[in-house]
Amino acid sequence: MTTRRPWYATALMYVALAGFLFFLGFPLLWLLSASFKSSGELNSLAVNLLPAEWDFSNYRSALERQNLLPAAGNSLLVSVATMVITVLLSMPMAYALARLKGRLRAAGTVWILTSQVFPSILIIIPLFLVLRSIQLNDTLFGLILVYVTFTLPFTLWMLQGYVAAIPTELEEAGEMDGASRMTILRTIILPLLAPGLVATAMFTFVSAWNEFFLALVLLQSPEFYTLPIALRSFLGAEGQMQLGPLAAGAILATIPSLIIFTLLQKKLTGGMLAGAVKG
Amino acid sequence: MSTATKTRREAEETPRAVKRVGHRARAQRREAIVLVIPALLPIIIFSVIPLVSGVALGFTDATLGRNAEINFIGFGNFIELFGDNRFWGSFGIGVVWAGAVALLTLVCAMGLALLLNSDLRLKGLTRVLALIPWAMPPVVIAIVWRMIYNPNSGPLNGALEAVGIPGVNWLGDFSTALPAVIVVGVWAGIPQTTVLLLAGMQSISTEQHEAAAVDGAGAFRRFWHITLPGLRPIILAVTALDFIWQFNSFGLIYVLTEGGPGGRTMIPPLFTYLEAFRNREIGYASAMGDVLVIAILLILSLYLVNQFRQTKGARS
Repeated sequence: MTTRRPWYATALMYVALAGFLFFLGFPLLWLLSASFKSSGELNSLAVNLLPAEWDFSNYRSALERQNLLPAAGNSLLVSVATMVITVLLSMPMAYALARLKGRLRAAGTVWILTSQVFPSILIIIPLFLVLRSIQLNDTLFGLILVYVTFTLPFTLWMLQGYVAAIPTELEEAGEMDGASRMTILRTIILPLLAPGLVATAMFTFVSAWNEFFLALVLLQSPEFYTLPIALRSFLGAEGQMQLGPLAAGAILATIPSLIIFTLLQKKLTGGMLAGAVKG
Repeated sequence: MSTATKTRREAEETPRAVKRVGHRARAQRREAIVLVIPALLPIIIFSVIPLVSGVALGFTDATLGRNAEINFIGFGNFIELFGDNRFWGSFGIGVVWAGAVALLTLVCAMGLALLLNSDLRLKGLTRVLALIPWAMPPVVIAIVWRMIYNPNSGPLNGALEAVGIPGVNWLGDFSTALPAVIVVGVWAGIPQTTVLLLAGMQSISTEQHEAAAVDGAGAFRRFWHITLPGLRPIILAVTALDFIWQFNSFGLIYVLTEGGPGGRTMIPPLFTYLEAFRNREIGYASAMGDVLVIAILLILSLYLVNQFRQTKGARS
């Protein structure tokens, strides 16, 4: 901005910024520090952001005694499978949505928007009955199928945007050379779509990794628990819960999606924040 | 888009081209079907059919028993639901929860976006921190905040006690539980809204601001007369969507309070979930779901009417 601000306005803005930094950052720092605190320190009211004694055993305890390792394995399996299947299924349809006009496109758009606003509780009840009747409830495969369907709308929306950005002239050139539609898709569209596919895939992975509600309804056996469900189950009764391992588990559950999100952030927001960096 | 113009151009050329276009249109339709089916099948099986049968289940007496019969009972569930104070109570709490979270998120995100859009330092750090809640699994967010609110070991009570104020059982007390979960909802919701508002702000031309500044308009007046009107469509869309998402949300409150204490944080999706999968009354729970859908469609139509009026106003 070209105008000069009075000093007190600048001071006030820094106070506000500090307030936001504290509000947004404190919970994360508290979780991180709790994961290194001994249980004695965790059960006191002392407000120490740095642990008095660094206790690294919480992480081992979370993985070994609280059985988070198999849950992490389940989460990884479910998330990767959801990611691969969703991307494979949505690629052709996203292409169709972006390139074709008329009723199909309109119907697709309406369905995508509708799926964003309907309460999932209404869909999960009959879905649970359907999966139970084909004996896929309480299985990871059933959960993957449900995740694929629930992530498809947004995936389609993202991907069709990436397809729409590819100029049709390139395809027309391929057509001139007599290439079939499938050849055009494989040799022209796919390479250009690659960055979009990667972004979409990562987004799908994070959605599946973080998901809680559908897993809660569909999974009953502890051996199939995904990480969010396992974490929630060892919250237990307030008095008995082991805060240290719980915090460690929560940190471990956050790391993969945090890494992906950091990589993805620029793509997801599409340069939205670029200006903020430039100032 | 450009395919459309191309076909039209070709069609105008010669009669022979018309014939070729007709053939191509049919081939295109066949291609479209091949492209769409892989995604369409799972959508129909796992999304459209459940949605329709979910609506229909509301008119039955279905229970979760394995071999229980399902009978059509007309509006029976809805008549019972009409007099069910627990459901309407949760409905009211849901509106307060979603409304408060949507509005407070908007206000906070607006403030943060304005700060990030200005010439301050520390923006990089703030930006990173502001985005982290977005990546965190909701369960983890709920766990962190349960630790912060914990009456016996949480930093919130620790800080209060350090200055001599007695601690509060934030999530367990009737009067503080709902405000406490609303704060968590706002914390989790700020990143997305901030990013969207920031994108909107950056699309408003700086020349307008500079011209207004030259004319002697202060920062507040420029915000009120330039930034805010420019952001209006984004604000409306974000708030409407955020309200609906929060109204439908589940995981955060389920892990924080499970709807307690005494139902003070029992929002409709949670109530419906408990009715379906704990009380095993899935017919009745589906009827609740139907009512929620109607409520959401009403909100959505209000929003659309507003949008429509605005575009009409802009045109005339």
